[in-house]
Amino acid sequence: MAEQVTRKPYVREVPRMLWFLRHPRYMRYMAREFSCLFIGAYTLMLVVGLKRLAEGPDAWAGFLAALGSPGAIVFHLFALAFSAYHSITWFRLTPKAMPVQIGDTFVADRVISGAHYAGWALVSLVVLWLAGAF
Amino acid sequence: MSERTVELEVLRYNPETDGEPHFQRYSVTCREEWVVLDALNHIKETVDPTLSYRWSCHMAVCGSCGMMIDGEPKLACKTFLRDYPGVIRVEPLAHFPVERDLVTVIDDFIAKLTRVKPYLIPKEEKPVAAGEYRQTPAQLKRYKQFTLCINCMLCYAACPEYGIIPKFLGPAAISLAHRWNQDSRDGGRAQRQEEIAATEGVWECSFTGACSEVCPEHVDPAAALQQVKIKSTVDWYLAHTMPWLNK
Repeated sequence: MAEQVTRKPYVREVPRMLWFLRHPRYMRYMAREFSCLFIGAYTLMLVVGLKRLAEGPDAWAGFLAALGSPGAIVFHLFALAFSAYHSITWFRLTPKAMPVQIGDTFVADRVISGAHYAGWALVSLVVLWLAGAF
Repeated sequence: MSERTVELEVLRYNPETDGEPHFQRYSVTCREEWVVLDALNHIKETVDPTLSYRWSCHMAVCGSCGMMIDGEPKLACKTFLRDYPGVIRVEPLAHFPVERDLVTVIDDFIAKLTRVKPYLIPKEEKPVAAGEYRQTPAQLKRYKQFTLCINCMLCYAACPEYGIIPKFLGPAAISLAHRWNQDSRDGGRAQRQEEIAATEGVWECSFTGACSEVCPEHVDPAAALQQVKIKSTVDWYLAHTMPWLNK
């Protein structure tokens, strides 16, 4: 009779929390995900602004004054930096998700991510135009 | 040819005697052009014949010798010792159970690969006498990159999602499903969608992108998964907004 083969595979546990500390690429990924918290917070702030606007001129003036406080300025700088990081890292990934094939060749990555930047600029211009900046 | 001594710290696990794995240190006199696999072969042949690991082709084609080298999923046959100045830590591929030493249990991956039907399911069966299923170079180009997968499982070892949620179908299996879905001769997409468009399919992926960073064949599995997400989303909207298209 053949020798009995025993199997006892060893399972190495993966940390459920803080797994992203294991490698810099996981940290970069978490930084991208974390940036959305600032975008969410900024959106909430805009909603509060709308509410103040609906409440009348005094409430609106108070909201504008609060935006000028040092804390609000620091928050805006962080929100700007994180939303730029969020957008740039995502735009860099768009050629992976949306390859465009024309005949035998794929459109260059920079053209696809460039088109996203162009779209971003265009939408920003429209928003500025609606806001009466021009 | 210049020689130098390299220290390797190799994870050892013998299921018959060990309760848990431990590291064992080996000193190897190696040549400039040696890869990690050469050092392991040298250890097995001259120092310690009990060391177990998988390998076959020694030329980055068979996909057998995937292991963690200094914490990074690598093919041992493609990883030069000269690129590592200090002690080199060699472990079995992460996220897979350890069978013995550097040998992992890969049943989970094989089962997942089978589920996605990674083979041609012809749009229309035709007799051999009717000739080949023909394809233009442009149609080939559409999926060629995804044919380069060698099933080495480095992407599974890199994927944090797979490490935490082992039910996730994973990068290579979904990329290979996508490879056949993109093939103009194939008609099996609806069958594969059952697996890859499910929650445990592509929707467990959060696009960390680690799979593409470690892929030794530049398959770019992360790209395949995002493309599957977009196509599956389009499917959903078409099914819900244009029900008359449903057959």
